[in-house]
Amino acid sequence: MIGALALAVGLAVGVVLNPTAPSWLDPYLPIAVVAALDAVFGGLRAALEKVFDDKVFVVSFISNVLVAALVVFIGDKLGVGGQLSTAVVVVFGIRIFANAAAIRRQVFKA
Amino acid sequence: MRAVRRPELGSLRRPGRARVAVWVLLAVLGFGITVSVRAHSGAAGLSNARPDDLVGILDDLDAKGRRLQSEADSLQETRDRLNGSDSGAEALAEARSRAEGLAILAGTVGAQGPGIEVTIDDSGGRVGADVLVDAIQELRDAGAEALQVGAVRVVASTAVVDPTGGGIAVDGHHLGPPYRILAIGDAHTLAQAMQIPGGVLDTVASRDGAVASVATPALVRITAVRP
Repeated sequence: MIGALALAVGLAVGVVLNPTAPSWLDPYLPIAVVAALDAVFGGLRAALEKVFDDKVFVVSFISNVLVAALVVFIGDKLGVGGQLSTAVVVVFGIRIFANAAAIRRQVFKA
Repeated sequence: MRAVRRPELGSLRRPGRARVAVWVLLAVLGFGITVSVRAHSGAAGLSNARPDDLVGILDDLDAKGRRLQSEADSLQETRDRLNGSDSGAEALAEARSRAEGLAILAGTVGAQGPGIEVTIDDSGGRVGADVLVDAIQELRDAGAEALQVGAVRVVASTAVVDPTGGGIAVDGHHLGPPYRILAIGDAHTLAQAMQIPGGVLDTVASRDGAVASVATPALVRITAVRP
């Protein structure tokens, strides 16, 4: 509950402050957001299955973001940044869908 | 801290450090979402473009810039020349040379210069307006500045038709074989345009009794004018 509130606060602060990301962050920010969304959906699923753990969430969130950014960074250095960005988005997209399906089964029992 | 905790109980109890970290991370995520949404919509997608695409875009812009710069230079030069001359003589000369160029294009004056002469002999009456139109178009594409067929000046509005009774009518003037086309322009380019495979010479050669030839005299005189 407070988590949703925190998310809303972050969104509100972003809207109000109207920040612009530094340009070196541009390739990584969307990837990091997708990775973080995966962690959030995983956490939501765990909460519904009554196995949510704060530490696991924090570690998975941070490691997801860092690994995703690292993969894209290495990809950029190798000249395949675009393809690896796509790969990261596809992988996290699949995981988000899987978690969303689990959440749906929990909530609607279907 | 317990490894597994019920969220309801966790919310009621005084929040642990890990729980606070969860909230902070969620707030950061919300912030990050707005930032990345704004970054994506703001810079027209350029910031997300890959280096290869950016290099291509930059090259295009460079080329465009150079072209515009050279155009600006030549216009500036013209302006300076027009401004700098104390009398209107320069402007008059400029206008006169432009009028001359336009007159040649419009066909109201004669012209002479390097060029080619194409002769199409057609004893069998097999060469019609289509061949002549093809030849005229090829010559125009190859950069012919002035054209004459027989004694008729060819300009933008010239019509070529097959009249009844054979021959070819150019702008209403009835012409019979051999057809003589004069073109002023780069002689080599014009001759190449006639000789390309499948071009005018090939087409004429495929018709019975028709022969076409290209000559490159040192000086081509176009004397026919339009009223």
